[in-house]
Amino acid sequence: MLGASAAAGLSLAGPAHSMTEARAKALVNQVVTEINRVIASGKSLNAMIRDFERIFSRYADVPIIAQSALGQDARRATPAQLRAFTQAFQGYIARKYGRRFRDFIGGQVEVTGVRPVRSYHEVRSRVTLRGSAPFDVRFHVSSRSGRDLFFDMLIEGVSLRLSERTEIGAMLDQNGGDINGLIATVSRAG
Amino acid sequence: MPVTSFTRRICFGKLIATAVLAGLLSACAKPPPGHPPEEAYDPYEKTNRSIHEFNKSIDRGLVRPVGVTYSEFLPDDIETPLARLAGNLSIPTDIVNNVLQLDMVSASQNLYRFTVNSTVGLLGLFDPATDFGMPARSDTNFGATLHTWGVREGAYLELPFVGPSNQRDTAGFFVDLAINPLNYLFNEPWNYLSTVAVGADAIARRGRFADTIDSILYESADSYAQSKTLYIQRRRFELDGGSISGFDDPYDQFAAPVPLDDEVE
Repeated sequence: MLGASAAAGLSLAGPAHSMTEARAKALVNQVVTEINRVIASGKSLNAMIRDFERIFSRYADVPIIAQSALGQDARRATPAQLRAFTQAFQGYIARKYGRRFRDFIGGQVEVTGVRPVRSYHEVRSRVTLRGSAPFDVRFHVSSRSGRDLFFDMLIEGVSLRLSERTEIGAMLDQNGGDINGLIATVSRAG
Repeated sequence: MPVTSFTRRICFGKLIATAVLAGLLSACAKPPPGHPPEEAYDPYEKTNRSIHEFNKSIDRGLVRPVGVTYSEFLPDDIETPLARLAGNLSIPTDIVNNVLQLDMVSASQNLYRFTVNSTVGLLGLFDPATDFGMPARSDTNFGATLHTWGVREGAYLELPFVGPSNQRDTAGFFVDLAINPLNYLFNEPWNYLSTVAVGADAIARRGRFADTIDSILYESADSYAQSKTLYIQRRRFELDGGSISGFDDPYDQFAAPVPLDDEVE
């Protein structure tokens, strides 16, 4: 999983860019299948969070999500800081969202459609959890990293990327704008 | 019911509605050019933040403990009918707004649902409409009506006791209270039934979704900023069904992201 995105980063040109609706859907189906497998595994919460981090790093464009969460401040970070932040951010997301796995036990995800948006594809799904009305979950999938990866997930219109930009911005403020302090905070949070 | 008091109340409702509308709509602020569209326009942040702290203290001291206790100790056999009642008694206001939005299909579907659930379903404590396969409730409000009329959302506002809102939805909130037909069709104290039911259901929801709401209010780095972004994202999604106009494309902003994996591995 680690080598793959580095290798893909080198092959920027080529057919990888011609993302199709079928491929966008296939990626989301793959993610859903793997998450369902983790939930059904009955492992401990910490083990599930580790599995979720593996899925997230494999199928999501973590570097672009992390940079997007940093916003304008990404521009003044050194490459080493960006790498450290991205690594910390990946673990933070896994802990924060992985903790909610219990809510999904017995739930169902159904991919309902896909449409092209600007340079990417939006895959729609309907999630039905026990005892609640179905809700809308969308994935934004792009091949501009060189691979088919999702770079946002929207639950009833609430974007992970935008919400985390607010959260990470607040953590940066708490650290007086210091990126190394932010990295330490993010490593503990979630 | 005496006709005079009925007309008097309608006149009073209209008066409030007109006053609030005129006051707030003329004031629906426009963000300055260059304001990022995905972010809320928040010129009253200082006031909003102090109201937010006030709301959190009310939540900690009253709403959260009551809501959690209510949700934990009340059996679902009672909690669910109460939630259904609150939903059903809100439908007349939905219908008024469906009509104002010229959405006659939703208006008639809501009317059928309300008729069936208010009679066979005992005021809405039960939900035979769904069992009969009738279309789901089309849930709307006057804020949405203003949106269809082309009024912009205006500045972000956090309201005492109510929570996140904006200028357009604040106007809508007061107008909805004033135009609820049930308030005019019944005499005291029954005319307050729907307002009380909706309020009680709001407290019950605080308990039912305690984990999610706690994580926003008490675990995020800046609960004010987090509830603001969640509110405007969610509300815009409700109103435009997730058109992506408000979203930037991160690949255009960051041309060459630094890959996470490097030689170190």
